[in-house]
Amino acid sequence: MSRTVYVPRDSAARSVGADGVAARVGQAAAGADGVTLVRNGSRGLLWLEPLVEVSVDGGPRHAFGPVAPRDVAGLLEAGLLDADPADPSSALAGHPLHLGETEKLEWLASQNRLTFGRVGVVDPLSADDYLAHGGTEGLRKALSMAPEEVVAEVTASGLRGRGGAGFPAGVKWKTVADATADIKFICCNADEGDSGTFADRMLLEGDPFSTIEGMTVAASAVGAREGYVYIRSEYPDAVATLTSAVEIAYARGWLGENILGSGLDFDLFVRVGAGAYICGEETSMLESLEGKRAVVRAKPPLPALQGLFGRPTVVNNLLTLATVPAVLSGGAQAYADLGVGRSRGTQVFQVAGNVRQGGIVETAFGVTLGELVERWGGGTASGRPVRAVQVGGPLGAYLPPSRFDLPMDYEAFAAVKAMVGHGGVVVFDDTVDMAVMARFAMHFCAEESCGKCTPCRIGATRGVETLDRIRAGVDREKNLALLDDLCTLMTDGSLCAMGGLTPMPVRSAIEHWPEDFHREPVPVSIGRHRPGRDAASAGPVYTPANASVAASLGAPAGSAPSTNEEVAP
Amino acid sequence: MHAGCVSNGASSPPPTAPGATADPAEVARSVVAAHRGDRGALLPILHGVQHALGYVPTEVVPVIAAELNLSRADVHGVVSFYRDFRRTSPGRTVVGLCRAEACQAVGADALAAQVEARLGVECGATRADGGVTLDEVFCLGNCALGPAAIVDGRVLGRVTVDTVAALVDSPADAPAGSPAQPEGVGA
Repeated sequence: MSRTVYVPRDSAARSVGADGVAARVGQAAAGADGVTLVRNGSRGLLWLEPLVEVSVDGGPRHAFGPVAPRDVAGLLEAGLLDADPADPSSALAGHPLHLGETEKLEWLASQNRLTFGRVGVVDPLSADDYLAHGGTEGLRKALSMAPEEVVAEVTASGLRGRGGAGFPAGVKWKTVADATADIKFICCNADEGDSGTFADRMLLEGDPFSTIEGMTVAASAVGAREGYVYIRSEYPDAVATLTSAVEIAYARGWLGENILGSGLDFDLFVRVGAGAYICGEETSMLESLEGKRAVVRAKPPLPALQGLFGRPTVVNNLLTLATVPAVLSGGAQAYADLGVGRSRGTQVFQVAGNVRQGGIVETAFGVTLGELVERWGGGTASGRPVRAVQVGGPLGAYLPPSRFDLPMDYEAFAAVKAMVGHGGVVVFDDTVDMAVMARFAMHFCAEESCGKCTPCRIGATRGVETLDRIRAGVDREKNLALLDDLCTLMTDGSLCAMGGLTPMPVRSAIEHWPEDFHREPVPVSIGRHRPGRDAASAGPVYTPANASVAASLGAPAGSAPSTNEEVAP
Repeated sequence: MHAGCVSNGASSPPPTAPGATADPAEVARSVVAAHRGDRGALLPILHGVQHALGYVPTEVVPVIAAELNLSRADVHGVVSFYRDFRRTSPGRTVVGLCRAEACQAVGADALAAQVEARLGVECGATRADGGVTLDEVFCLGNCALGPAAIVDGRVLGRVTVDTVAALVDSPADAPAGSPAQPEGVGA
């Protein structure tokens, strides 16, 4: 009898004790016959991590979770290494942490895992496992086709960029394919900086070969010779897993010269970011890859024509590239049959924040926001009512439960001044102060602005100060009007999405929760990082008591003292 | 730009050889040599220097500039642009607390205040005894298991003030011992 025990190596699982679980299981398994311990990726049911699975004689996998290191002894005693979880009379089947057959868990079974098809299922660094689960089929198909046929297939699938902008991948590829140059590049954007998103990380940690394969397909389609994956430094496990996977891929002939005997040469390099959110913007990522300050470039020229080192470059989000093999192996039509409107295929949604059942929900576009938050998310972790949901990261809109009927679709979201973005959904309960969240949006922009364009660099700082005055009760209506004007300026005048979209969360907060901007005034030190906490060391402090004095001094409307100025009455 | 409470590189792995013995210029030259031939290698080089020394000392800037045929301003500009690159030696333990929205939704702000009080250091600073550097980070991709933190390159979930305190040496006058592993996280 053989048995496989799966304990995830995903960093989310590790963050709540998976290594301790694996060590204890491994110790016991060393003395048992026919037991293999596999460190898989995460199934994405993150509230159940560490999620341990057991399969007997290659049969269906049974899930146990959440398994803390201290639970392992009890599971071993119940027969983790010798009982059959499928036998209802066994102590193992009756163990309180037994969740049932993994694939039959409603949360998972109700999804359509395509990009994430192998994540949590396979050993991420087993090339044989990858092959056994359909790996390289897409690449082999691409290599048997003419490059322009591959581009046409990707175009026909309707696959759009998963980074947030939703630009059709095939159109971008065609531009690069039609360009002539001494060298072309494929750049994979894995600088997943949006709070509430973790799909890139989990895919890299759980199925790194799919990204490598997708990039190789892109290389064959557009005639590129070199590729770079830019991963943020906040993802050390993802960097390590992909780096190992690249080495294995070279050894297997999936990278390097004459890939799979096709004559295609393609080299792949892993590059690590350095803590700059702006590198999620494609042109600043290219600057960073060139070893420079990640300052946004003006477009045109398009990166597709003058990208990395001035050469034609495909820049795609990691999810986009990792989906390409599945699009090719399953056929463009099968992919395009999923979804709604112009949003075709599946999207990997990430449900996070104050949510009971957070994790990865991959399903066809068109699922509603409410389904994600309530059906999969199960409401808030705190048990309090949902007040706000931020979709699409720090630059995405806050939406109230009254918008839960909104379908997840690029165009439907754009129509209500929101965005799907990279698919992150962050839930807040009714204790959230939306004026604080609006201030944070401006503060984040001020911190992360690359500094190139004035609306973003200066506007965000003025936005923080204006929101502070609003919270302090200084000329609220005038300052709200000023803030709206500033938002218009940033939206229309910024060079990239950083400054251009920061007004989205701010305006949505004001639109849906105006009462939060008219609360009892709070003492705020204008422009300081943490309002109220370090007032003693700050510059001017407006309190309800001196607000009228401040107003009479000429604040606000641009003349108020900024952080660096002393009040000189 | 990267001012205020935000500081450098909580996500960087702990230094392999913290500071003292190696000559920074020699380290920098050997790191550059290892990246000869790489395109646009400045970021990997700076990561390499920081990995070896724990930070990027001011004196290596002209060395790297000369090796790469760049101006000192070019190299300084890159070092100062990215949050990860430290210009002073970090504490023995580096703690990064996630302050992004998903963690805010589960109490990251209150946690930060508790951690500052318990560890005796403000966010963005290194404690006077060199025991710990406390940084802010914006998202570790652990958004469904927040509040999240990263301690010496290791991501933690559902973090409490006790989780962090157990991994950090007590302030200087308290006896330094091997800290206990928090329940549910340790190996």
